[in-house]
Amino acid sequence: MGAPGADGRFGEFGGRFIPESLVPACLELDEAFTAAWGDDEFRAEYAAILRDYAGRPTPVTECHRLSAQLGVRVLLKREDLAHTGSHKINNVVGQALLARRMGKHRVIAETGAGQHGVATATACALFGLDCVVYMGEVDVERQALNVFRMRLLGAEVRPVGSGSRTLKDAINEAMRDWVASVESTHYCLGSVMGPHPYPWMVREFQRIVGDEAREQCRRLLDGSDPDYVVACVGGGSNAAGTFAGFVETKAKLVGVEPAGGAALGHGVPGVVHGSKSFLLQDEHGQVLEAHSVSAGLDYPGVGPEHAHLASIGRATYVQAADAEVLDAFQLLSRTEGIIPALEPAHAIAWLVRAAATEIPLGSTVLLTLSGRGDKDAQQVMEMLS
Amino acid sequence: MVEPGSLESRLRAVRAKGRKALVPYVSGGISDDWLDVVRAAADAGADAIEIGIPFSDPVMDGPTIQAASQRSLDRGTTPVGIFGALADLDAGVPLVAMTYYNLVFRAGHRRFARSLVDAGVAGAIVPDLCLEELGDWERAAVDAGIETVLLAAPVTPDDRLAELCRRSRGFIYGVSVMGVTGERQALATSAGILAKRLKAVTDKPVIVGFGISGPAQAIEAATESDGVVVASALMRLVLDGGGPTEVGASVAALRRALDGG
Ligand SMILES: Cc1ncc(COP(=O)(O)O)c(C=O)c1O
Repeated sequence: MGAPGADGRFGEFGGRFIPESLVPACLELDEAFTAAWGDDEFRAEYAAILRDYAGRPTPVTECHRLSAQLGVRVLLKREDLAHTGSHKINNVVGQALLARRMGKHRVIAETGAGQHGVATATACALFGLDCVVYMGEVDVERQALNVFRMRLLGAEVRPVGSGSRTLKDAINEAMRDWVASVESTHYCLGSVMGPHPYPWMVREFQRIVGDEAREQCRRLLDGSDPDYVVACVGGGSNAAGTFAGFVETKAKLVGVEPAGGAALGHGVPGVVHGSKSFLLQDEHGQVLEAHSVSAGLDYPGVGPEHAHLASIGRATYVQAADAEVLDAFQLLSRTEGIIPALEPAHAIAWLVRAAATEIPLGSTVLLTLSGRGDKDAQQVMEMLS
Repeated sequence: MVEPGSLESRLRAVRAKGRKALVPYVSGGISDDWLDVVRAAADAGADAIEIGIPFSDPVMDGPTIQAASQRSLDRGTTPVGIFGALADLDAGVPLVAMTYYNLVFRAGHRRFARSLVDAGVAGAIVPDLCLEELGDWERAAVDAGIETVLLAAPVTPDDRLAELCRRSRGFIYGVSVMGVTGERQALATSAGILAKRLKAVTDKPVIVGFGISGPAQAIEAATESDGVVVASALMRLVLDGGGPTEVGASVAALRRALDGG
């Protein structure tokens, strides 16, 4: 998982499908990121903030009771323990540092589950930047706790009432804001999607997850690597960051999409939000609405690098349905004392199913637990009652 | 060197007569009588007409065109349906399809270009296709004889502006303001500045659009350019229940203003 060329392509996917108004900003960002990422001082500051402020490295936890139950050895990469409760903070710290470097004092973001919005609001509070977060009305409702957290952190949350009123439409609205504000504003995209350089940049800011996990696994596994590496896929940032650490190993890479929003599972190639990838769409090219219990995965597209990894067969993409996700949410809570976010509960759900069918007994599985479930407690309580 | 197509020829002819071009926009399929709306715009003095082919996720559009697109999609409009309807229409002025790239990509470049030709459409505007990604569609369009109109933005640097003007066909679309489509209180100062920069590097027609909300702004926007696109102000009339009569009257008023009377 190296750098894409100047055209931002991962194989045939990716690229930069944007209006002329946004071209200079994307070129500027590309240049700024390339320079920063090659700058030891920038890297040192990024690493220091993640260590001293966000609590990295996050641990890898061996799940003894779950492993005994499933017959496979389960290791969790604990992004739920990172500050703000998910992996999103890794990307946001990087982009906030870049915004400051580019002299932009206003940051906008989209959010689905609210985790990226909370992380962005947090970084903006830390750096003294103005912050506006776009969020679909459906998500404002089901992730009310995160809306309050963002407001506490000083961000303005703008509900989006168009289209499916979820993540897809929040991105549309953030892009419309950016077209009008691009000279003063940095668009802090929350996943490995959008026009080049975003998919590459966000993966690089998230690769710390995979790089840490690989070394931690080697310590636990006497120098060897896990047989499977599993992560949930919405846009695909926690999966891309995790896979980046293991793509050179022999581990099987498995991305888990929600059954109701499986761009790789059910989609065909298309272009939305600035890049070419797989997309749920009708025969005319109208984008379809995704439907998932999990606001963070409720998206009809997927990051272009995942489309590439799927097409070359380096990673496999599977699905989990809402009902088994709810079971997995409870299972991990009871067996390990870890309440997962609904997003990584998809990865757990697949693992439970696959452990009974396709994963050889005694295999070792590293699964990225991308976030904690506090934000989902209210929603799950209502669904279970 | 590609010969000017029917769209560019028409707009050059308008300019040669010392007039300013008027290009109204109609969302395809927005109402039962949308073809009559197109005819009314043509009869009221349009020099070319933009036909919006609605897309589910129009990121360059503000609330009015978003609502127009959504209304059209909710009515079951498809690109195929629009093309079929246009094939039977003789508006008497060149038509330009305006849509987003995924509809082109999904149909396939050559098939989409062929559909435009069969529908009698002269040109295409695809705002999310910037120069870097233009090549494949450009080849298919040129081969089919479709004029692809490129957009230039206030932030577009000089070297890109020259390249855009070289590759744009039909006309150059000067985006008046940093922002999405939609009516605005006043014309942005960026409109005149961009039009002047464009006129300095091209002799192709330069048409300014985005936010031109009425006759006074049309006159202002046409001062430095060869004409204007008017979209949201007209589609608001239709969203508010108006039809061919209301749109025709509004286009006629714009026409009179641009003709100096
Ligand atoms: C905890 C958690 N995991 C995963 C995701 C999905 O994003 P991605 O696929 O980019 O990792 C989200 C998004 O909101 C999230 O909050």
